[in-house]
Parts: sequence; structure tokens; C-alpha cells
Amino acid sequence: MMWLVGAVVFWLAAWAVNAAVARSALGRTRGGRVFVPVLFGVTVLVLWEGVVRGFGVQPVILPPPSLIGAKIAGSAGVLWADFVQTVVKGALSGFVIGVGAAFVVAVAIDRVPVLQRGLLPIGNFVAALPIVGLAPILVMWFGFDWQSKAAVVVVMVFFPVLVNLVAGLQASERMQRDLMATWGAGYWQTLVKLRLPAAMPFFFNGVKIATTLALIGAIVAEFFGSPIVGMGFRISTEVGRLGLDMVWAEIAVAALAGSVFYGAVTVVERWVTFWHPSQRH
Amino acid sequence: MKEKALPVLAVLGIIVVIWYAAAVWMNATWVYDQAERAGTTVSFAEVVPQTMAQDRPLLPPPHQVAAELWKGVAGQAVTSKRSLVYHGFVTFRGTMMGFALGIVLGVALAVSIVRFRVMDMSVMPWAIISQTIPIVALAPMILTVANQLGIDSREVPKAVISAYLSFFPVLVSMVKGLRSPDQMQLDLLKTYNASEGETFWKLRLPASMPYFFASLKVAVAAALIGTIVGELPTGAIEGLGARMLIGSQFGEPLIMWAALFAAAILAGLLIVAVGIVERVARKRMGVPA
Repeated sequence: MMWLVGAVVFWLAAWAVNAAVARSALGRTRGGRVFVPVLFGVTVLVLWEGVVRGFGVQPVILPPPSLIGAKIAGSAGVLWADFVQTVVKGALSGFVIGVGAAFVVAVAIDRVPVLQRGLLPIGNFVAALPIVGLAPILVMWFGFDWQSKAAVVVVMVFFPVLVNLVAGLQASERMQRDLMATWGAGYWQTLVKLRLPAAMPFFFNGVKIATTLALIGAIVAEFFGSPIVGMGFRISTEVGRLGLDMVWAEIAVAALAGSVFYGAVTVVERWVTFWHPSQRH
Repeated sequence: MKEKALPVLAVLGIIVVIWYAAAVWMNATWVYDQAERAGTTVSFAEVVPQTMAQDRPLLPPPHQVAAELWKGVAGQAVTSKRSLVYHGFVTFRGTMMGFALGIVLGVALAVSIVRFRVMDMSVMPWAIISQTIPIVALAPMILTVANQLGIDSREVPKAVISAYLSFFPVLVSMVKGLRSPDQMQLDLLKTYNASEGETFWKLRLPASMPYFFASLKVAVAAALIGTIVGELPTGAIEGLGARMLIGSQFGEPLIMWAALFAAAILAGLLIVAVGIVERVARKRMGVPA
């Protein structure tokens, strides 16, 4: 009962603080913009802990955050090994290959208008398909280790990046291209100095979608066969043993990896497309 | 129309040709192995037909996939467990539940985010972070928890996963849409002495509709992905995802490919359906086509 009351009181207090900060001048500052969501996140954790303890919820249904935290600290070695296997070997290598391939193909297609007009609708359609379904087939082709996971990721990230980059390469204006022509710029000069930079905001839209898809692909592929290490493998076996604290620990790692990955891409985007209106502050 | 269709058909043709070539290349290994075991040699001309009709091809050629797909769709009673129509319907039902749940959640969050600044500041960042979490990591656990709580149906966890993926596009677009009326329009309503509720119903909501429908296409595709992922790691017995899993476990590539294409067709139908709904809604709202 104490836990429950405490959690609710904390929740109401935090809500009042947040509402006050959001309304005050503090909410306009940088610190306020960080403070409010952080306090909200902390509130959710406190409420979770309080409800689980207050109602005596079984840890096999929902372990409290403190237990999950202890599990993360206690099995850091296993979590790190899984992280390396799934995120670094599977997702990252596949992501790099997939984005690189999409880049090359997009630039190649751009020279052939027929391909471009034909591929854009098909690519758009394929980008909306449940490509995760290819996972079992690719696991069959490339074996159980990380190569098959990387292959799934390659296929998943390829189309969103391709479609966005092909659209982006058409984003430069007629006037700008004419200007390049009057300066006597060749195809490659126009491409490198005008059209590729102009395509970058589109490209990064695709890459951002690809970051989440990469992690999804790498984890799903592990459900179809994996060595005895990896986040997808750990989650499916620990669920079977009702070790939900370990499952939540893996989820926390996955969430952190996903957010950092996304954040890193955003930083690169800001650095590359500093000129774009959406980046001005 | 014709200028548009021609390049698409050309690219499709190229894909089919590449596919056949890849099928020959990948399936040839098996034929050569068989021949070597039998102590005979085969010429390339003999290999090609043999790569086209294997029971367990590494990469089935298009006509084999099409035949399996046709067998699954038309060759069975619709209620049969082997019918792709049946499994497709199970997946469709899950998708619709998740889609509906995602729309409700996305719209509700968007409305409260536009209305309350606190919600905007505290919830919006977490909504973005939620999408960087690979939901599939949660999928097996959502199922176990639902089981523990005594929810026997496999529909609920599937719908939760699919709603988790589909609410985000709706949320982002609706926030944008509800904020799309410009200051002049808002000021005009103020001069009419419109209450906040009236402003919402008569200005903000209608103004957000184009954004809403644009997001639906993304959301329905996401909901389908969520449903199929929800069927994959869970030992589900029904649905297209389960067919893929069965094909994988029993080493039947044809089943996997047929289920994959059935899912692709379902995705296409859903997107077209949403497009039609959008067109009807736009017409009724008096937007010039």
C-alpha cells in the first residue's frame, strides 16, 4: 500500500512540476526541453516500480525496474556478447552494406531514365512489404551465424534508402542545373557538387528509417536459427524459461542501442545537411 | 497511363529474368551433386531444366512460386488449414485490429499533444524513442505475459505489436495536421468568438485530414509487418507469418515463398484499399481531385 501511495504521490508531484516548467519561461530553454521528458521517464519508472510492488505482481509477469537494473549489472558480460553478435556483427555490417549498395544503385539508375521511372513505383511498393518474411529464407541460404542476419538487414534497408535517394537526386532545381551547365560542369561535377548534396536530406530520411529496420531485421532473423549468442536468441530462450528480468535487460540494451544508433545518424545528418532549413535553429 | 506502365513492366521483366538466372545458378549445385553421387556427368543444357522443378530448391523459379501460390489460393477449400486465403484472413484480421488500435492511440495522443504543452514536451520525445526500440524484441514476451494474465487468444498480443508499429506515423502526421491551420484562420475563428472545442471540430480537425490519410498508408503497411512479426516467434499456427515459420522448420522453401508472396499481395490490397477510402473521403469533403 505504501508503495502504491508513494508512487501515485510522486506521479502527481512530477506532473505538477512538469506542467509548471512547461508553462514557465524555463520550458523554452534548452535545459527545460531536456528536463521535462527526463522527469516524465523517471515518473514512468517510479510508477512501474510502485504498482508492481504495491499490487504484488509476479516477477514472471512484470519484473520491477530495480530487478531489471540489478540483472543488467549482474550479467553485463552476457549482454555485451549478445550486443556484439546482434548489433555490431549483424545489424551494423548489414546496414553499411545495404546503404552502400542502395547508394551505388541509385546513382547508377539515375543515368537511365527508363529504369528510374520503372523502379520508383516498384521500389516504393517493395519498401512497404513485410520483408522480414525473407528472414527464414536467408537464414537457410547463409547459415546460422551473423552473415545471414546481415543479409536480412541488407535487404531490409536497401529499398527505403534507394527510393529516397532516387527521389532526392531529382530534387535540385532546373535553374540550379542550368547554372552548372553554364559553368561548363560535366555530369560528374554536377552530381558531386550539386545533385548529391541536394539529395542528402532525402537520403537521410531513408537512412533514419533504415536504422530501426536494421535492428528489427537482425533480431527477427535470430528467431529462425542462431548460434547460442545474440539478443534474439537470448530473448526467445529466456522467455521459454520465464526469465523475464533477463528479457527486459535485453530490451533495455536494444532500446539503448536503437536510440544511440538513431542519434548518431541524426548527428551526421546535421553535419552533412547543415544548410537545410530544417537544421536551422 | 501507358507511359507510366511501360517502364514498370520493363523493370519487372528484368527482375524476372535475373530471378530465373539466379535460380539456375543456385539450384545447379544440387543437380551437380546428385550427378556426382550417381557417378554420371551432366552438361549445362541438361542442368537447366532440372533446376526448374526441384522439390526443395534453394531458390524456386517464379513459375514454381506462382504454382504454389495458386495451389494455396485456389486449390483448397477456403476454410482448409492449407489454404493461403485462410491464413491470409487470419493475418488480415490481426492487421485490422492493430491498425484500428494504432489509429485510436495515435489520434488521441496527437490531440492531447496539440492541446497541452506538457504532453508535447514530455510525451513526444518518448514517442520517438519508442520507435527506435525494436518491438520484435518485445514480441515473445508480450505473448507470455498475455498467457500469464489468462488471455488465451493469440489475437491480443498480435494486435498490440501491430498497434505499436502503426501508431507512430499517425501520431506524427496528426500533430503536424492539427497544427497546420495558420494564424489568420485561427484569428478569424477567434473573431467569431469560437470556443476551443469549436475551433478544434470546425478548423483543426478538417485541416488535418490530408495529413491523416497520408499517414494511413504508412500505418497500414506497418501494421501488417507488426502482425507478421507477431506471428513469427510465437509458435503461432495460423497466419502468413506462421506459414513462413512452418516452411522454415520443415525445410519447405516453396511454402515460405508462397506465404511471402501472399503477404506481398495482401500488403498491396491494403494500400490500394486505403487509397480508395482516402479518395472517397476527399471527394465528400469537397477537395478537388
